[in-house]
Amino acid sequence: MAVDRTGTPLVELRDIRVAFGGVHAVDGVTIDLYPGEVVALVGGNGAGKTTLIKTLSGAHKCDSGQIYINGEPVSITTPRDAKQYAIETIYQTLALAENIDATANMFLGRELKTSFRTLDDSAMESAAREVMGRLNPKFLNFKVPVNSLSGGQRQSVAIARAVHFNARILIMDEPTAALGPAETAQVTELIKQLKAEGIGIFLISHDIHDVFDLADRISVMLQGKLVGTVNKNDVTKDDVLGMIIIGKLPGEVSSTELEALHE
Amino acid sequence: MTDVSTQPDPVATSDDDVAGSGGLVGALRSMEVDTRLIGMLGALAIIWISFHIWSGGTFLTPRNLWNLSVQTSAVAIMATGMVLIIVSRNIDLSVGSMLAVVGMAMALLQAEILPDIIGFDHPMTWIIALVLGIALGAALGAFQGAIIAYIGVPSFIVTLGGLLVWRGVAWWMASGRTIAPMDSSFQLLGGGSRGTIGGFLSWVVAVVASVGFVVLLINGRRTRQRYGFAMRPLWADATIGVIGVGVVLGAVGYLNRYFLPPLLARQRAEQEGLVWPEGGLDIPLGLANPVLIAIVVALIMTFISTRISFGRYVFAIGGNPEAAELGGIKTRLTTVKTFALMGALVGVAAAVQIARLNAAVSGLGQLTELYVIAAAVIGGTSLAGGIGTIPGAVLGALVMQSLQSGMVLVGIDAPLQDIAVGVVLVVAVAIDTFYRRGST
Repeated sequence: MAVDRTGTPLVELRDIRVAFGGVHAVDGVTIDLYPGEVVALVGGNGAGKTTLIKTLSGAHKCDSGQIYINGEPVSITTPRDAKQYAIETIYQTLALAENIDATANMFLGRELKTSFRTLDDSAMESAAREVMGRLNPKFLNFKVPVNSLSGGQRQSVAIARAVHFNARILIMDEPTAALGPAETAQVTELIKQLKAEGIGIFLISHDIHDVFDLADRISVMLQGKLVGTVNKNDVTKDDVLGMIIIGKLPGEVSSTELEALHE
Repeated sequence: MTDVSTQPDPVATSDDDVAGSGGLVGALRSMEVDTRLIGMLGALAIIWISFHIWSGGTFLTPRNLWNLSVQTSAVAIMATGMVLIIVSRNIDLSVGSMLAVVGMAMALLQAEILPDIIGFDHPMTWIIALVLGIALGAALGAFQGAIIAYIGVPSFIVTLGGLLVWRGVAWWMASGRTIAPMDSSFQLLGGGSRGTIGGFLSWVVAVVASVGFVVLLINGRRTRQRYGFAMRPLWADATIGVIGVGVVLGAVGYLNRYFLPPLLARQRAEQEGLVWPEGGLDIPLGLANPVLIAIVVALIMTFISTRISFGRYVFAIGGNPEAAELGGIKTRLTTVKTFALMGALVGVAAAVQIARLNAAVSGLGQLTELYVIAAAVIGGTSLAGGIGTIPGAVLGALVMQSLQSGMVLVGIDAPLQDIAVGVVLVVAVAIDTFYRRGST
């Protein structure tokens, strides 16, 4: 299933820079994403993946650079802006309010209201059950505070929240980090399904196997800079590991460097 | 419960399998009643009965309970707002001093300013003073909230400053004078023998409340039925309905047995052209206005905290401020609104207080902030944020006031009273902490 990259990209992050004090967390990175494509963002700890992606989800402002959605330059400064462009994010921390229930978390900030402007809890619960029926049919705890749910169930809530609002661009930051094998398989299945629906997905992951399993292209970051973006089918896992650790594209890596990698 | 995705989920049953285990606990679970609230009611019952025995049968008289209800109102009104403040991981130490400023402002308005403009004892005086007072309270609260939300000074510091500043302002507003008397209509807000709604209207209120309660229950069932969700068993809903209606009617019926003293009753009878029989006439005072105000405030605040998005945002912010922000909630604006709401409630409480005293002094509301916070906390509000209920806070206020009036009634020395209230506060929170640890 090849991705059509002839049209305008769904998202383009062009020359993004973010600095914390004197440290360049993201230093002039350009990446793009096409409909129905999964672009994996990989790199070691502190490479700047999460910071970069937060400029797109509205959690961080970029110091310079421009974001384009469907070729149009846009300004995203708050999470509300991002949601307006149908950008949904599943954070590594899940970003759930522990004291309120799954339904309320799913609709947090976008509650369904009755005609009297009051919360329509029943309608929300009904919608939540519907989405969850698709994602994780075993999930039944819609009315208990999230802090009494297991890690996998919380993850389901975070994913259901992103999926319910018809995202066109989905950002997943380590979506399987807290999950067991069965749930990881479920998430993998979900990503494929969403991809088939034409949704563009940025996938941040530590797991190189996951990345090769799911991604169409792989963008590697090191110390705030983009090492390069490669097509998954053109490279091996070793190539990508080389990019992550040494910071050079496959052709540029010398044989001694490659040997050092395997010691 | 850390990682149990493959095991059957321990909490899955609480949602759909409502039959629960047998016995009283099972019955309570089926009714989905807040067990913490039941515990507080139990504690209240113990306090009441103990004082009743200790005082030789004077605590549980209609007269004492009527007084207790009036004395509880002001703190209860403010405690409902304090719940939202504490739930959002903030604190407001300035409510007592703010009470003095707003009370002083309302007193000055009706005693010195408005008479010059619209005339003495004008029928509009009370409403103008009340509305402006509430608006002033909301403005002061919003001002503090804005410093907390937009400049980022911790609420503890901002409101600690407020505690000192507003107290000074209250003195300065009238150079320490006592402002009295209040407008004759305004005085009715404070209760007293004229500031009540009488026996008949009290029954009307009780019946309306009962009907409303039953309608809410039926509506809840209908909605759940419409969406095909699991419902509480019918017997559980019926039991809740019967108990709720019973409590409302019983409480009003009992309070209605507090009658006007003979002298006042005679005056009232003459005013209303009633024949004064040989043995005198029993004219019930009925619910006092401040109690009605507190009930209405509690209902509105319950609505705000559970039925509209603002309330949900307050809880979400308390649970996880970052998640709330990422969810697209305007967290700073929500903080300002929360403090403004607290300020408005301080305005309502100030009106009740100065109406009851029939005067305003700059020392009004000293230490009240601590009673308000204590009421909210005894009522199950967690200082860690995210947890708290309005009915709990009202009950907390009632527990505090019951202890205080009870101790006065049995003649305990003032220092001992403080010691007892302090101990109860710590013990209540300790029990609550144990309870929470056990439940999660």
